[in-house]
Amino acid sequence: MEAQKNIDLPQGSIEKKTTTLNIGPTHPATHGVFQNIMEIDGERVVSSEQTVGFIHRAFEKLAEHRNLYQITPITDRLNYCSSPINNMGWHITCERFLKVEIPKRVDYLRVIIMELARISDHLICNSIVGVDTGAYTGFLYVMQYRELIYEIYEEVCGSRLTTNIGRIGGFERNFTNTAFTKLERFLNEYPKVLKEFESLFTRNRIFMERTQGTGGITAARAMNYGFTGPNLRAAGVDYDVRVANPYSSYQDFDFTIPVGTTGDNYDRFLVRNAEMWQSLSIIKQAYEKVQSFKGAEAEIFHADVPEYYLPKKEDVYNNMEALIWHFKIIMGEVHLPKGQIYSAVEGGNGELGFYLVSDGGRTPFRLHFRRPCFIYYQAYPELITGGMLSDAVVTMSSLNLIAGELDA
Amino acid sequence: MALTNISIQEKLVEKFDDQVSTFSTDSGILSFEALAANNLKVIQFLYDELGFTFLTDLCGVNYPDQKDAEIVVVYHLHNFIENIRVRLSIAVPVEKPDVFTASKLFESANWMERETYDFFGVNFIGHSNLKRILNVDEMDYFPLRKEFPLEDQTRIDKDDEMFGRG
Repeated sequence: MEAQKNIDLPQGSIEKKTTTLNIGPTHPATHGVFQNIMEIDGERVVSSEQTVGFIHRAFEKLAEHRNLYQITPITDRLNYCSSPINNMGWHITCERFLKVEIPKRVDYLRVIIMELARISDHLICNSIVGVDTGAYTGFLYVMQYRELIYEIYEEVCGSRLTTNIGRIGGFERNFTNTAFTKLERFLNEYPKVLKEFESLFTRNRIFMERTQGTGGITAARAMNYGFTGPNLRAAGVDYDVRVANPYSSYQDFDFTIPVGTTGDNYDRFLVRNAEMWQSLSIIKQAYEKVQSFKGAEAEIFHADVPEYYLPKKEDVYNNMEALIWHFKIIMGEVHLPKGQIYSAVEGGNGELGFYLVSDGGRTPFRLHFRRPCFIYYQAYPELITGGMLSDAVVTMSSLNLIAGELDA
Repeated sequence: MALTNISIQEKLVEKFDDQVSTFSTDSGILSFEALAANNLKVIQFLYDELGFTFLTDLCGVNYPDQKDAEIVVVYHLHNFIENIRVRLSIAVPVEKPDVFTASKLFESANWMERETYDFFGVNFIGHSNLKRILNVDEMDYFPLRKEFPLEDQTRIDKDDEMFGRG
């Protein structure tokens, strides 16, 4: 007993029944920059506190100093697993604010891209849940189809991850035939892959036992915590922005909103999988609608908004009007109307809202992003308290937290 | 009975009389202002009587030219059943930006209020854990206030070598 006195233990450490454990900010199990300081009793989580803001980049301040078109690349860097949805959400906000009428073909092309983005977002989230429960195969297997989605983006806008896709008013160029060929390939091959992905997990005993009953939340608590997107729907609330406040002609499509009951990790997984099937059906419908345009209508890829949509390069060289607009847009000399707007789209992980306040200047007076995962990450301690530490890791990935969006 | 912007406005005026003002329907959402002293009463009324049980968003806006109302806290509330939104603004002076916390009613308000405190310095009275969330704790100013401009892009007093441009 005498010898123990030489060990320099912190005050009170013998009496303490629980262990303080620091996870993150960089830890392989967190998939992003997340820090949690947990109090654990054996392997049970007693309490937990999150720290956020490690990659805060002051987007809202930056946006106050930029023209509308320069804000699109900022939105790329929110939820970077589905940047096209953010880009288009921002463009739709601007168009609603400027009261721009968008042609149907542009709406349908946008729907194709947004639903592809939703599939790639859900694909990553669900396959990462698989990785965290010990099943790597699904993740590697579906990666090649995310790659195919990225190739379609590449064909449409030139980039893959931070896409900056489209412009205010539509797209910068029409979809090429290659883009449609790749889309057809995706539509043909992906259902089989998704089916196989589901058969790897959905009735897998290990996966079910790891995810069922962990990280659950009731519908009332989920609403109180501001859950949106698949996480809210897994708890049983059928709220989807695409249906509640349709944008980009979503009212023209026939689809259902999958809902869960328990709001646990398993239900979140199932809801995301079911949504991928719905997205596939929406893409098919949208592609059919796009193909049904004939003649000059089939060539439309943007609305007529000279104040915000860059004119064609040959027009800039040969046409005075176009040159003036080109100059005014690039130099940001277009004044916005006065007013404010809140406009939301259904992002990969929830309701992505843009609150834009304009005082009639050239840049937004204030722009606030409603980032879904910033709001629902608050519920994390409640979801994991009383559960096992290893379940906390699965819960974190099944919430689809994206650090870029969280910290803005 | 379906709620409309007009019926919501009527009910609010009936209940709060001249405590709520400046109604408008900018871009389809009913916006109005209330006094900082009754923000919780208004939100509770919207929650209990009109079914606005979802706090979509809470953020701050800084209007440096509005005397004694420089900081505005904006709430976006959503009624899922009727599928209708309202926007509530609470203006407070920058010298004493005190607003009662909504985090007892909405758990989601907790971090959104911390974010608003972090960027605008709004003091949410009754908040259980009002400290900075995205910025570092040592920061001694509120960066989204208009008095803090972004760095001048053309400044020349930086040592280029330190910024990889040498």
